[in-house]
Amino acid sequence: MATPKALVLRAAGVNCDRETQFALRQAGFESARVHVFRLMENPSALAEYQFLVIPGGFSYGDDVAAGKILANQMLHNLAGALNEFVAAGKLILGICNGFQVLLKSGLLPWAKVSTDCAGAEVTLAWNDRGRFEDRWIHLRSDSEKCVFLPAGEIVALPIAHGEGKFVPRDDRTLGKLRDGDQVALRYVDAGGNSGKYPVNPNGSIDDIAGICDPSGRVMGLMPHPERFVDVTHHPQWTRRNVTRADGQLFFRRAFEYLR
Amino acid sequence: MTHRVEVRIRQGFGDPHAEGVLHQIRELGIDSVSAVRSARLFFLIGELSADDAGRVGRELLADPVTEQFTLSGCDANGASVIEVHLKGGVMDPVAASAERAVRGMGLGIESVRTGRRYELDFVAGIQESVSGEQQQQLLDKIATKLLANPVIEDIHFSSYTPPEVHGGSYELCVTEVPIRELDDESLEKLSSDNEMFLNAAEMRAIRDHYRTLGREPKDVELEMIAQTWSEHCGHKTFRSNVRVRNRAGEVVQEIPNLIKNTVFKVTQELDKPWCLNVFEDNAGVIEFDDDWAVCFKVETHNHPSAIEPYGGAATGIGGVVRDPIGTGLGAQPVANTDVFCFGPPDMPLDDVPKGVLHPRRVMRGVVGGVRDYGNRMGIPTVNGAVYFDEKYLGNPLVYCGTVGLLPKNKCRKRTPDPGDAIICLGGRTGRDGIHGATFSSGELTHVHETQFSHAVQIGNAITEKKMLDTILQAREQGLYSCITDCGAGGLSSAVGEMGEHIGAEVHLDRVPLKYAGLSYAEIWISEAQERMVLAVPQENVGKILKIFADEDVEATVIGHYGSRGTGVPPVEDAHATLRLFYEGQPVGELDLRFLHDGCPRPTKEAVWEKIEKFSPLPVLKGDCNETLLKIFAAPNVASKEWIIRQYDHEVQGGSAVKPLVGASEDGPGDAAVIRPVLDSRKGVVISCGMNPKLGELDPYQSALHAVDEALRNAVAVGGNLERTAILDNFCWGNCNKPDRMGSFVQAAKGCYDAAIAYSTPFVSGKDSLNNEFQTASGETIAIPPTLLISAISVIDDVSRCVTADAKEAGNHLFLLGRTGCAMGGSHYLIVENVESGNDVPQVDLQTNIRVMRAIQSAIEAGAVRACHDLSEGGLAVAAGEMAFSGALGVEMDLSAVPTGGASVPDAAKLFAEDAGRFLIEVSPDKYDAFLRLVADCPVGEVGKVTDTGRIVISGDDVGIDLPIDQAKAAWQETFDW
Repeated sequence: MATPKALVLRAAGVNCDRETQFALRQAGFESARVHVFRLMENPSALAEYQFLVIPGGFSYGDDVAAGKILANQMLHNLAGALNEFVAAGKLILGICNGFQVLLKSGLLPWAKVSTDCAGAEVTLAWNDRGRFEDRWIHLRSDSEKCVFLPAGEIVALPIAHGEGKFVPRDDRTLGKLRDGDQVALRYVDAGGNSGKYPVNPNGSIDDIAGICDPSGRVMGLMPHPERFVDVTHHPQWTRRNVTRADGQLFFRRAFEYLR
Repeated sequence: MTHRVEVRIRQGFGDPHAEGVLHQIRELGIDSVSAVRSARLFFLIGELSADDAGRVGRELLADPVTEQFTLSGCDANGASVIEVHLKGGVMDPVAASAERAVRGMGLGIESVRTGRRYELDFVAGIQESVSGEQQQQLLDKIATKLLANPVIEDIHFSSYTPPEVHGGSYELCVTEVPIRELDDESLEKLSSDNEMFLNAAEMRAIRDHYRTLGREPKDVELEMIAQTWSEHCGHKTFRSNVRVRNRAGEVVQEIPNLIKNTVFKVTQELDKPWCLNVFEDNAGVIEFDDDWAVCFKVETHNHPSAIEPYGGAATGIGGVVRDPIGTGLGAQPVANTDVFCFGPPDMPLDDVPKGVLHPRRVMRGVVGGVRDYGNRMGIPTVNGAVYFDEKYLGNPLVYCGTVGLLPKNKCRKRTPDPGDAIICLGGRTGRDGIHGATFSSGELTHVHETQFSHAVQIGNAITEKKMLDTILQAREQGLYSCITDCGAGGLSSAVGEMGEHIGAEVHLDRVPLKYAGLSYAEIWISEAQERMVLAVPQENVGKILKIFADEDVEATVIGHYGSRGTGVPPVEDAHATLRLFYEGQPVGELDLRFLHDGCPRPTKEAVWEKIEKFSPLPVLKGDCNETLLKIFAAPNVASKEWIIRQYDHEVQGGSAVKPLVGASEDGPGDAAVIRPVLDSRKGVVISCGMNPKLGELDPYQSALHAVDEALRNAVAVGGNLERTAILDNFCWGNCNKPDRMGSFVQAAKGCYDAAIAYSTPFVSGKDSLNNEFQTASGETIAIPPTLLISAISVIDDVSRCVTADAKEAGNHLFLLGRTGCAMGGSHYLIVENVESGNDVPQVDLQTNIRVMRAIQSAIEAGAVRACHDLSEGGLAVAAGEMAFSGALGVEMDLSAVPTGGASVPDAAKLFAEDAGRFLIEVSPDKYDAFLRLVADCPVGEVGKVTDTGRIVISGDDVGIDLPIDQAKAAWQETFDW
């Protein structure tokens, strides 16, 4: 079978595209970095790919709100192509700013790109501490259906964001996500237990760091898996023998799924 | 019409920004405010219906979950209102993005403006007990000290909607400035009236040039000369001849061209084959591997940051990022560094002189500016330092550095060919930043804040990021022959430099403007941000313009190189002439040789003679715990985690050694290591060294210390001395004053001696002089002589690197390098409030290079578990940091500290700040191997790593015994903002 192809979406201010492409290639993907304008000119080009990754960065400077303007471009110009992509059973991953884009375009939580409902139920608000923060955290994978990580796995990854506090509109929305097994990742300590700051680094409700759509094939998360694909990325590799680069798991699992 | 959209947080969802403002109001000493609410304001200007405006509010501006918006405004419910609106013409990236997004929704809109609104509740009962006037004073204070900077923002105390402004227009009017008949006095007046900052000799040279030409200069010609000859662009002082006298007035030395005989000479004499492009380009370039090179440049942006810290620092980082982009045929920025000097952060507000912002506010603004620009550009900020001293109050220093990666075969630029198109790329040109180069070459005064506000600007990182993305594509396709950035001096300086040997013709009316109304001279000298200039062969113009258009990057052909028109055979022009046109009319013409070589090179007077003055010896006896805690809490030593975490230090995926290290990932790292090429194991070590306190006491030794510290830091993590280059950045006072020039010469000599001894070439540098501030009472405050040395080292395998945190109980601790008695400039004296003499520790260059080479080989051999350099606070601080970073303990005995046979009191062993020293952890199985490798160094086995969680250091008459938690808490509390 042909090697799965991944598209890394670029736009003004997206800035994690190169290392994301590196992580994808490391996992076995063929990949291309494609500017959103090229897709807007020719939305059908998306169909050539099996995996869409919206990487981190500050799309359009996060002016107005994080990810908002890129999400609007997708809503107004790429809704059809994206909805077909999802319907075809393909994979979508949004990292950090990409997660914000997925929420604001409607790809999460219900995998439906439509102006009627985009962003209406969950959002990523400013961190409780009110500022950008770069630090390493631990995550526990809590979803049985999420394609990108097996349930129960505990991984270390870095976060680097100012607007990453996961906020559902109300308890009902949160309940729906939990009942649907859509809460993919929670912030925990190294032992897998929840805790206050800095274990939960931004005040996310229910410690939620990432969610998936009802199918488990669309996922968004605030931490950066592409920043832990080499053992020397880990902040403590000089202290102890780090044997696994946890971020690789996400891309390998996607590759295995599509192969 | 204008629709006002107010966006605020819904009830029940927190507003961290408003809480932050409340916290800072309390810091100002105001406790009568009980609550703050904030709102974001958007003004939609154009033919929009209320329904359209509502759609924009709903679909674009307000978050559907956490926010709500109104078009009618909200009742303040008795709260006091402060609104902050950007002044017209000030760059507003959010407004620009919102405008595009609204158009993207299919709505016609003319423009968007933004503002911020704060509603303040006062503690119940206050309103009745204070007069309206008092309350207004309080609001004024909050508005001006905290929320707004009047240089770029307007303050309103009620709901305000800005009036619609319609762009001005400009009618060509070519201005001549009579100069040929002026005498010295009138020349100096002309210089100061026009903010030229040129002295009489320079003005005379200009006058004589125009006498020869037989005409008067046009305004734009004078502007261009002033800019090119400014201290900022020309580095006149460092290139000047110097006559050094002793205090008796006798001439003791004459030095022709100071820089050539110090910094440049190092590089020439060392002649390293891996130095690929040094001092000639926008950044110094060294070899990385067979395919790649890395370049490094450090700049300062001091004056703008003093007046508008956020904008000044952001455009500082934005400016230095463009240096690597404009180096060779264009480098990709891979890391940023930042080093700051501020006044004391805890200074009472009332002690801050008029015309000066409080250091805390400066620091918050500067850090915010570097954060927002660097993070948005996607460049990791990996290394830095912060230093505090009262003398930086009026002149904070902001050093920003950028490391770039470029193909080895593209690390030199060509001279443009005659006929090559001049393409202006990126941001539009506005009135912002006019006279930045000349402004930064003068002294600040308490009125500068208003006088030079036009020199201040706000950056737009995304404009620069888009430009970078497309430049790299054009570079890959080889579409341009030369590239440089528009920095200080704008188009004038960029085109003038590129066309230096062949001339150029520029049509100024073709330059895209932010708004109408700029004169041709303003267009030419504007220092508007995010612009680059390319020289593009005519046959590639179409292709390259498409690359830019495809990603919405503005690019415009504004003229061509060569003074003979296009299509003329390419011959080198004997008279490289620059010709400027506006709507076809000639508006200026300059001989570029006069421009670049015509500035008279005067002889500078310098005075230097060291008068020995000794510091009292430490009188400590017994328990030194309190002293150590005080040093840990001292701002220069205390943890900078508050700053570091606000920077993305891992973007681009090459992070190998982070700025924070250890068991809790919050201990101090000595240097950062990145892997700029992701499929290679090779790395780049980035470090710095600086010690302004020593600069005041002994500028020569301070230079040795700065070089030593930068290299020590690099070696401590695994740097390779054979492949290490350094950069110099001098920030000094007014060097027209002989004593300042005297210390400058001393430091330059120190740079030469240290770099030759350590065999590390300088590859780039920059100086910022005239960092003096005149207070309202006429007193002049000069900064301490501040030399920053930055180091960059290429290493073969990042997996060999080590960090400073203690790793395992039972391991041996060795101290390498000699400790002496000299305490001048030490933090021990600072925290004990003892006046320092100038008996600063003398750097032993020959011993130190042996020590550093030995450590390098020990690290390469895998014999080192942890390595920490000794700097501020000496051995006690280094040992404490190692212990608490590793969540372990140390137990040490001062009798083993190497002193070279000298009798050194225990207190000096604890706190002296001699250069060339390292504390090293070695596991028992490497004990013999390590000792063999360091056999020819001063070395002492000073103790062991323990699991007691205590810092225990014993001597004959002093001792330390502290829990690591207590030491760490003291170290962390200072900047727990």
